Amino acid sequence: VGEMETAPKSGRDVPPKKDKLQTKRRKPRRYWEEETVPTRDGASAGPPCNKKNRELRPQRRKNAHILKKSRISKKPQVPKKPREWKNPESQRSLSGVNPGPGSSPLPRSKAKTRSRLEVAEAEEEETSIKAARSELLLAEEPGFLEGEDGEDTAKICQADIVEAVDIASGAKHFDLNLRQFGPYRLNYSRTGRHLAFGGRRGHVAALDWVTKKLMCEINVMEAVRDIRFLHSEALLAVAQNRWLHIYDNQGIELHCIRRCDRVTRLEFLPFHFLLATASETGFLTYLDVSVGKIVAALNARAGRLDVMSQNPYNAVIHLGHSNGTVSLWSPAMKEPLAKILCHRGGVRAVAVDSTGTYMATSGLDHQLKIFDLRGTYQPLSTRTLPHGAGHLAFSQRGLLVAGMGDVVNIWAGQGKASPPSLEQPYLTHRLSGPVHGLQFCPFEDVLGVGHSGGITSMLVPGAGEPNFDGLESNPYRSRKQRQEWEVKALLEKVPAELICLDPRALAKVDVISLEQGKKERIERLGYDPEAKAPFQPKPKQKGRSSTASLVKRKRKVMDEEHRDKVRQSLQQQQQRHKEVKAKSTGAWPSALDRFVR
Amino acid sequence: MQWPPPWRRSPLLSASPPPGPAKEFLRPGRVSEAARLYSHYVTPAEGAREGRWQTRPSLRLASPTNAPQQPPLANVCQQNYGAPQDPVEPAGLRSASHVTGSSLGKAEVSCGSRRRWAELVPESSWSPAVGASKMKVKMLSRNPDNYVRETKLDLQRVPRNYDPTLHPFEVPREYVRALNATKLERVFAKPFLASLDGHRDGVNCLAKHPKNLATVLSGACDGEVRIWNLTQRNCIRTVQAHEGFVRGICTRFCGTSFFTVGDDKTVKQWKMDGPGYGEEEEPLHTILGKTVYTGIDHHWKEAVFATCGQQVDIWDEQRTNPICSMTWGFDSISSVKFNPVETFLLGSCASDRNIVLYDMRQATPLKKVILDMRTNTICWNPMEAFIFTAANEDYNLYTFDMRALDTPVMVHMDHVSAVLDVDYCPTGKEFVSASFDKSIRIFPVDKSRSREVYHTKRMQHVICVKWTSDSKYIMCGSDEMNIRLWKANASEKLGVLTSREKAAKDYNQKLKEKFQHYPHIKRIARHRHLPKSIYSQIQEQRIMKEARRRKEVNRIKHSKPGSVPIVSEKKKHIVAVVK
Repeated sequence: VGEMETAPKSGRDVPPKKDKLQTKRRKPRRYWEEETVPTRDGASAGPPCNKKNRELRPQRRKNAHILKKSRISKKPQVPKKPREWKNPESQRSLSGVNPGPGSSPLPRSKAKTRSRLEVAEAEEEETSIKAARSELLLAEEPGFLEGEDGEDTAKICQADIVEAVDIASGAKHFDLNLRQFGPYRLNYSRTGRHLAFGGRRGHVAALDWVTKKLMCEINVMEAVRDIRFLHSEALLAVAQNRWLHIYDNQGIELHCIRRCDRVTRLEFLPFHFLLATASETGFLTYLDVSVGKIVAALNARAGRLDVMSQNPYNAVIHLGHSNGTVSLWSPAMKEPLAKILCHRGGVRAVAVDSTGTYMATSGLDHQLKIFDLRGTYQPLSTRTLPHGAGHLAFSQRGLLVAGMGDVVNIWAGQGKASPPSLEQPYLTHRLSGPVHGLQFCPFEDVLGVGHSGGITSMLVPGAGEPNFDGLESNPYRSRKQRQEWEVKALLEKVPAELICLDPRALAKVDVISLEQGKKERIERLGYDPEAKAPFQPKPKQKGRSSTASLVKRKRKVMDEEHRDKVRQSLQQQQQRHKEVKAKSTGAWPSALDRFVR
Repeated sequence: MQWPPPWRRSPLLSASPPPGPAKEFLRPGRVSEAARLYSHYVTPAEGAREGRWQTRPSLRLASPTNAPQQPPLANVCQQNYGAPQDPVEPAGLRSASHVTGSSLGKAEVSCGSRRRWAELVPESSWSPAVGASKMKVKMLSRNPDNYVRETKLDLQRVPRNYDPTLHPFEVPREYVRALNATKLERVFAKPFLASLDGHRDGVNCLAKHPKNLATVLSGACDGEVRIWNLTQRNCIRTVQAHEGFVRGICTRFCGTSFFTVGDDKTVKQWKMDGPGYGEEEEPLHTILGKTVYTGIDHHWKEAVFATCGQQVDIWDEQRTNPICSMTWGFDSISSVKFNPVETFLLGSCASDRNIVLYDMRQATPLKKVILDMRTNTICWNPMEAFIFTAANEDYNLYTFDMRALDTPVMVHMDHVSAVLDVDYCPTGKEFVSASFDKSIRIFPVDKSRSREVYHTKRMQHVICVKWTSDSKYIMCGSDEMNIRLWKANASEKLGVLTSREKAAKDYNQKLKEKFQHYPHIKRIARHRHLPKSIYSQIQEQRIMKEARRRKEVNRIKHSKPGSVPIVSEKKKHIVAVVK
């Protein structure tokens, strides 16, 4: 029965189908020629299919009402490749013909050729343009300082600035004279509203430095190495002589983390909720403060760690070592992501700017260098300082400050995205004691300096980002807003495994990982599981599988494979030859071609 | 590298203007603009005299006569690496910058550094720099009134800055948001809304009211027809329509009456509204036929309806004899459907495994396609006239373009038992199918796999399914006498959304779309809990399919190249097309 049914199919169906197809193929063209005969008289030769469609489309929509009745009897418009249907969003209808009344927003033929990728690219470009346009709406302008026609701004002292500016800004310059417990480390909260500082001899305090309202002040009766706000101003991590302690904004000790002992430096990664600690024991430990777990403890194998900074662009931790290298760390890797040899002699300080493009380092060789972090890791500029810088920090707008003894020097660049030029300092200031901690206040033109004589808040016009984003870090946020922000920030906590050198890597198409994975698998297994097994001759009849004949058969197969390979390579060669020939048959190369880029 | 460094050199020697910063910070246009806005351009001396916190309307510079000459600083600079220090301050002038009376217990707040420097450098060696320079300075100074709401009744002010350096980790954060959105979608996926019970036998057919979203009609296997109100979720009318099964039910396009066919060989037309007081429940018309009718459908615009049984009959509502009857072969036809767009077209499926298409204006059928197994019912796409989907006994659904029947446009496979009914979403982009495997599935028209599966413990073989006209709900009638109401989008929030809810929903939707191919997100989005019977069936069928595929591959491998044709999955199930 099955044959009975299939037989007529092949006998009756197939040949007429061909005829029909041909007639059908002609049909629409005839119809089309009627409509636009004047423009192209050679249309009978048959334009390429897609082109035809493209030009046919608008016509069809215009007189859709005419066609509507005859549509069913028309040639099927089924595209040949069903794969195309999956593609563009614009082509929602199954058959491809827009059935609805009115015109569709996009010409359909265009949508057909436009791949989803192109659409996405166009969208991205549009949004970037829109974002750039929205800069017009920004309310504030950045600050600046400028000497009398060409006068060196470095000679302008703080008192001059304070006198020249308004009273509210002038009040941002102050000294806290705390000689008893110094030298001090300090840290501004992410909104730039709060300041925490800890003195070597145990004095820990946090205050709203704008209103000068003290939040807490305690003496921990132990050496304080470093101090850092966690995600909000309500939590405070203090690296004490022995262990790491966490206090709240009232000075109540919440946690004592004994897994992190003898910590020298702290860094907080706000989007990952990770507190990175560098210890005297040579361990870099990542503590997830949202769940209180240690995510990774990495042995840097470089002795005591006391130089650390984070790259705010990609959350990579930069450690400076006594052998002159700076190593880049992520909690996902046991080994450093990169090691950069920066100095002859140990590294004293490291800082990375907010765009993640430049890294400033200073070493025992009295050099201050600025490195490009965009793949090359080469120094862009170098300068020898008489004493060398012990502390470095970048501001939001790219100003670089170095603390050298009891002097701080600030360098500025040409703009926000350019590296600071080390030729001429922008501002200098002398303090009452050697510098021990430096940080620019976010969203303010203020530099906080911790030194052995206390804390100094300096005015540095042009340091801070003038326009903050209210949803990211709002200095004027209320308690409710802070709580809401905290919940949202916790919900979108980025997993620690996603820290890598390029934070956009997640959005890229992963081409190499497949090959890499294969390689690693081969390494792990010791053999290639997908490799073609070498030919093993099967034992044949009795008496025929002598060793000689087996070897002969093996040889035969091997030769055959070899010949295949040779044949293929020959074919490829010929192909290449042909291509070269096809190219060379064109116009002769001109002497001017060498200038064509 | 220069040596000595610039700050060691005498300022007299370096007469050239400083590069970089000065240029950057002096932009003429900006300065004047800023001056108007902020007006901090005051010489210190003047400022001190007049009170510098006053707002000045224009840019002012000190007259050169006021400014004393800059003293030679060379010797000073050599001493201290050129950090030009604060001069001795005039007493009583600087109280503004002091923090006096600090709350810090032990901290004595003063300008300590300045005093120290004053001791270090003899005052006579240089005159104070106050008033020496006509510097221009602008500090960031925000007015809190612009950033804090005035009263508690106001909305909070949220200034935005889309500078990417202020929003780092854009991709990872979006990824996490997409992951959260996907998880929440699964958390809120509660599609089951209501169960309408009342029938005393399995529900055999369903019909939508064309004008009223809340009204639904259902026919049961005991000949009972019920009309339901979905908003109140109750039965508003019961009619004992037939003896034996109600095989088919359809509403008139105007919504005033409905038709039923049953096992008792009758076609009956009923009024939609119930009988008046004291009237008997009686059909408007009854047509007594010769054979059993198994299905009925009404024309979408005219007073014509079609029944099927041994043949497809097309009836005028006013007559008791069919206008025409069409047959092709001799087998019972299980369902007939009018095309909602090209209203003269009909499709029917018969138990001799074929789907036949008719044009009402012709006396003979158009063409037919023969499949591997029997098709239970078909449904036309309401937006695309030539597309229809057939629910087949071989567990699959086939979407056909009626102009090219030899290859289905798409084969939809996910069911593990015969598919009994199918209905399109009014948008024409998705359809729902009911199956003997006690589940219903929702398929996108252009995907071969379902996007959703609905089941409950108590739902038995689903016989009929309908997608409501507002495209939001799905109804299914099953063997165990219940009609169930489901959401078409399982995690959709019902009711009116506020604009913020709507914005959040749209944003999350876009994120989910953007990151849908990431393995972790894909896994969560695809995860569905299935009853064990279906789950094990799927496993079993996967094994069977794999075995078949392996065998085919082997057969191809071990025969002469080209002798075993490679048939695609789409073509495999089509036996023939006859015209």
